Amino acid sequence: MRPVVERDPAEKLRAYSHPERLVTTAWLADHLHDPGLVVAESDEDVLLYETGHIPGAVKIDWLNDLNDAVTRDYVDGEGFALLLSSKGVTRDTTIVFYGDKSNWWAAYALWVASLFGHADARLLDGGRQKWIDEGRPLTTEVPEREPAEYPVVERDDKAIRAFREDVLAHIATRGRLVDVRSPQEYSGELLAMPDYPQEGALRGGHIPGAANVPWKRAANDDGTFKTAGELRAIYEGELGLAHGDDVIAYCRIGERSSHTWFVLSQLLGFPQVRNYDGSWVEWGNLVRVPIERSAGTVRG
Amino acid sequence: MTVGAVPVRLQEVVDEFADLPRELRLEALLDYSRRVPPLPARLEGHRDAMEQVHECQTPFFVASEVADDQRVTLWFDAPPEAPTTRGFAGILAGGLNGATVGEVLATPDGFWTMMGLHEVVSPLRLRGMTAILARVKRQLRVQAGP
Repeated sequence: MRPVVERDPAEKLRAYSHPERLVTTAWLADHLHDPGLVVAESDEDVLLYETGHIPGAVKIDWLNDLNDAVTRDYVDGEGFALLLSSKGVTRDTTIVFYGDKSNWWAAYALWVASLFGHADARLLDGGRQKWIDEGRPLTTEVPEREPAEYPVVERDDKAIRAFREDVLAHIATRGRLVDVRSPQEYSGELLAMPDYPQEGALRGGHIPGAANVPWKRAANDDGTFKTAGELRAIYEGELGLAHGDDVIAYCRIGERSSHTWFVLSQLLGFPQVRNYDGSWVEWGNLVRVPIERSAGTVRG
Repeated sequence: MTVGAVPVRLQEVVDEFADLPRELRLEALLDYSRRVPPLPARLEGHRDAMEQVHECQTPFFVASEVADDQRVTLWFDAPPEAPTTRGFAGILAGGLNGATVGEVLATPDGFWTMMGLHEVVSPLRLRGMTAILARVKRQLRVQAGP
């Protein structure tokens, strides 16, 4: 019998469309030892976990665990099964993802888990930084978890992952596109985030028709998500997204747009949201695809 | 000056990493993140006396000093919450401190490819390493004068 891990009943979460997708730090602190729950840390800095993590948490490394070593793609069903089995995760396990940088990579890991249809994957609101800021415990002890039997499930990219062909078709049908990068990247003034290396794409600008809503607008300074009301004001009010719109989000390599994908699909309940993980690193290098620019010419 | 020669100590670090299986290289990098020498009092809290490496994704500062015998000492200020970047600093401190100005300037910019680091750390991060070395070299050229 599968142990049922209860939802976090926090009032803030109840206003989201899928409150079961998010947990608060206070709730997690009380449920760390729940049977059927596994906490997984996914960071941009691949060494952060080793310097200290939430007690009992396993590490899922976006670069070494989730990506195929050769092809620019995610692991296949066998690779994913092997990974999760080794972390003691079964198909019924509740996974709570958390990480650095306001959960960019945690949202990305959750999105990849969703490609494999993992049913109960949640994010820790506020991620690693909030946990630390609240003085909650960290450990460097790596848990020894009994390997589990995670089944081999074919990855299904159709529902929540967009490829460049999908984006081209989306432009033709005037589908909604959300560019979640910084305003400077969107305008074409910069090729990467301010203060980051200006490499990776040969052209600057954005996909035609895309609206710019930087991912950060969905987050508070402590890394938590804004309230449902605040999020609706941004995405439905300002941006004018309507429930049922076919939406594609993108950024530079797909991790910041995983954050926005989570906001739109899980917190606001939009039924058709895809993440274009090829993002600007692909689009800005593709020969002859259309680009819009609101700044001067930028060439890499 | 021969371009392409890796200073002896740095070569030892490179070999140490290259000989490790892929899964142990991250552990070795973590080990080096703990070996960044503490800042001397004259630099502690004086980031204005150091140069920020903007290419790194976290606040990261470097200063280089040259002794009368032309030997180089590098100082790094990197936050503990950026262990990967601190690991780079530990590698550069361990591998280049005590080398001569000429030796540091001759170090190949992409020496880290010989360590297999690109197999475990993302390209964006590794550009930070290249950027740190580039700024060190620039500082040394400025100090050496025309």
